[in-house]
Amino acid sequence: METLINFGYLIAAVLFIFGIKGMTTPKTAVRGNQMSAIGMLVAIVAALLDYNVVDFTWIIVGVLIGGTIGAIMAKKVPMTDMPEMVAALNGIGGGASLLVASANYLESQKLAEMGKFVPTYDWSIAVILSILIGAVTLTGSFIAVGKLKGKIGDSNKVMLFKTIVKIVLLTLIAGTVYFAMNNPLEQDYLVLGMVALCLVLGICLVMPIGGADMPVVVSLLNSYSGLAGAAAGFVLGNNGLIITGSLVGASGIILTSIMCKAMNRSLTNVLFGGSMAASAGVSKSENDAFYEGKVKYSSSDEVAMLLDGAQKVVFVPGYGLAVAQAQHATRELASMLEARGCDVKYAIHPVAGRMPGHMNVLLAEAEVPYDQLVEMDTINPEFSQTDVAIVLGANDVVNPAAAKDPASPIFGMPILDVHNAKTVVVVKRGLSPGFAGIPNELFIRDNSLMVPGDAKKVLQEMIGALKDL
Amino acid sequence: MEMFIMSLTIFVLAIFVGVEVINKVPPTLHTPLMSGTNAISGIVVVGAILSSGGSDHTTLFSTILGVAAIALATINIVAGFMVTDRMLNMFKKK
Repeated sequence: METLINFGYLIAAVLFIFGIKGMTTPKTAVRGNQMSAIGMLVAIVAALLDYNVVDFTWIIVGVLIGGTIGAIMAKKVPMTDMPEMVAALNGIGGGASLLVASANYLESQKLAEMGKFVPTYDWSIAVILSILIGAVTLTGSFIAVGKLKGKIGDSNKVMLFKTIVKIVLLTLIAGTVYFAMNNPLEQDYLVLGMVALCLVLGICLVMPIGGADMPVVVSLLNSYSGLAGAAAGFVLGNNGLIITGSLVGASGIILTSIMCKAMNRSLTNVLFGGSMAASAGVSKSENDAFYEGKVKYSSSDEVAMLLDGAQKVVFVPGYGLAVAQAQHATRELASMLEARGCDVKYAIHPVAGRMPGHMNVLLAEAEVPYDQLVEMDTINPEFSQTDVAIVLGANDVVNPAAAKDPASPIFGMPILDVHNAKTVVVVKRGLSPGFAGIPNELFIRDNSLMVPGDAKKVLQEMIGALKDL
Repeated sequence: MEMFIMSLTIFVLAIFVGVEVINKVPPTLHTPLMSGTNAISGIVVVGAILSSGGSDHTTLFSTILGVAAIALATINIVAGFMVTDRMLNMFKKK
């Protein structure tokens, strides 16, 4: 039976790998996801067959509670809130690993009393690691959710948090050594204290990170939630958990490094550098002086006329599009232009929005075909042949200073070269700086037109004006 | 210690497999990838099930923790797979 159960975990792990492999093209992705779900079912059945499971009552209770909450969450969440959803799920995953490790610690005490278990060094370290990673992921993720919702602002006490992190880390190392060396099964209070410290550590690690860096943080916590699972696998000696946890861990690490590259920052800089706006940002008066009298304003009617004669139009969506829920209006305008024989594409910067792939999901919701969503490196050479580039609530990712001005805090960050288009239409609510806290030279260029207002409203006006032409 | 080295070997090899497979996922699908991996990280439910099954070495407190862990892990599994499916179906239709 033991062999059969372990075989079940192996099958589950293989199905997960095939499942992720399915995600390499949009066509096979639905099938891939279903394959992963079957893998999960196999793993759960295998676990239920274990000789340790003699009573199903509590298991059913837990599954019913979790299943109901999960199904409601998945049905209700709007696509614009996906970053918060993923961040929350990261935290919940971390919390589950923390609880599994703690429950296992208590059971091991009982097993040791019965003379069936002797703690080893590697077991002790695995217990502490899975508590540590689980707890940090739990609280860190919920701080990230708060930041994504805008309820928790950028902190100016970066130094304070850094100091707390250092002290907590040192204490944790000392605690771990003491735990492993001195009969680990009789350290209830020490374990409890370490859980509390790790929860604090999660808060202090994410608090000093700026709102602009949330794509990195969400990816990194995604990785942690996987590693927490893998650590729980080490505690339980379960290879299925270890394989699956490391797959998720690897996925998060890759996304993190993609996000960092797209911002031209190192991971340490993101984690410990504080918010960019706090360190390099300009004051409001400096910002106003930068734009003073140099921005050319336009109206929806004028832009509609411009679009009427355009051969090639590129939309550049940013976080503002998500806030305004303007994805459907964008799609509608694009369809009208296409019907007039215009070539329409969407330029997607890797860090547009608040998480990897956020813009793609929003536009897919509005039924934009995915082959029109073009990555940065592919679309950049095309801007010089573009008649109109429409920037919808994006700012730093189209700031030419990143390419030209070595003094700029975002110098070196790859950008979308929209300034090469014949005309750039910027739809934006105001001239406030973006996440990086710096003004954008693009808005005062000769080929730029600013249409102030909410992206959705402006687009609807353009659609109306285009119909009347 | 034997056991530990075995587990560590599996861990390291699985990370390499993960990196290989996930590197090929296009940026378009990065959000569903994250929610999908959220779902499969719910695999810790396996550990939670073993803690809630009422075998002779569980205690009242370990069972409570185990059931809470099952609830949390199931949220991840159900919400993760369902929301990923919702998103991927949007990509499918043209």
